[in-house]
Amino acid sequence: MDLFKFFSKNESKSKNVAKERLKLVLIHDRANISPHFLEILKGDIIRVISDYMVIDEEGLDIKLTRTRRESDNTPIPALVANIPIIKMKEESFK
Amino acid sequence: MGEVIVITSGKGGVGKTTTTANIGTGLAMEGKKVAIVDADIGLRNLDVVMGLENRIVYDIVDVVRKECRLKQGLIKDKRFEGLFLLPAAQTKDKTAVSPAQMVELCNELREMFDYVIIDCPAGIEQGFQNAIAGADKAIVVTTPEISAVRDADRVIGLLEAKGLHNPKLIVNRIRPDMVKKGDMMNIDDMKDILAIDLIGVIPDDEAIVISTNKGEPVIIDNKTMSGQAYRNIVKRIMGEEVPLLELDADEGVFSKLRKLFFGK
Repeated sequence: MDLFKFFSKNESKSKNVAKERLKLVLIHDRANISPHFLEILKGDIIRVISDYMVIDEEGLDIKLTRTRRESDNTPIPALVANIPIIKMKEESFK
Repeated sequence: MGEVIVITSGKGGVGKTTTTANIGTGLAMEGKKVAIVDADIGLRNLDVVMGLENRIVYDIVDVVRKECRLKQGLIKDKRFEGLFLLPAAQTKDKTAVSPAQMVELCNELREMFDYVIIDCPAGIEQGFQNAIAGADKAIVVTTPEISAVRDADRVIGLLEAKGLHNPKLIVNRIRPDMVKKGDMMNIDDMKDILAIDLIGVIPDDEAIVISTNKGEPVIIDNKTMSGQAYRNIVKRIMGEEVPLLELDADEGVFSKLRKLFFGK
């Protein structure tokens, strides 16, 4: 393999390394704003959703991040939840 | 009624004091009545950056403890009419002032000035809480380094939590040559990550070191790139729409000089 070519690729630009490292560290920092609050929230969300569907509690991921409001591009905090659904509960369709 | 703006960053050494001195001076150059306040108690520095270190009699702690009148604590700038400095205390520590006292001080200053610019200490402890307590708006200074951007992100979160919404971002010490090579994060990278609005970009400029040596804010020198960048920020604070400095345009001069001296 041509090492020189490999390292001259765009991904190896040091600013891209910095950006990726920063993004990861910030996801962690931001979620840590109040771990206790997120835990309570997580518990409540699981409880409500479990009435309707079976979810993968292990794979559940809730974090605090920032985004921009679509209407005027103002930066706003956002709660992002990734909730893997295993299956719907039969009784919820009755 | 004036506006109180706090200059903050989280990380130390990114240029808060220089930014405070230049924005304050720039607003005074535009004919505004301005007070710049050094809230970094125990590590006073705004006085030397402004070249006013020999004129200090009273400080912010004397003022909030009512050991002198506010007008006695304010030091008049030697260059611009309407520009005043309230210096930090050097011998006391951050606990000498409370957030409630800072709110009261800001309210008094707001009555007397068009703009009150507060130089916040590094960190996020009581000194920071004091500095932001009485502010209406916040400007976050960062440099294109992971550590500075990370701390800026933390500070933005804390400002929002204290009701200081929509802080504005200054990216300091950008090096266009390194950005071009992909060895430094660019403005869009930082705007993406921090998700706040940009109010200015300051190039890394030797003129800042020189002007600080002399105790004259660089904004006074209209031949410098960094001075121009600060003048644009001042206009934006006053509500004017000014396009961002085209830093690449100047790269020609920089690289020509570099070629001249280093042959690269």
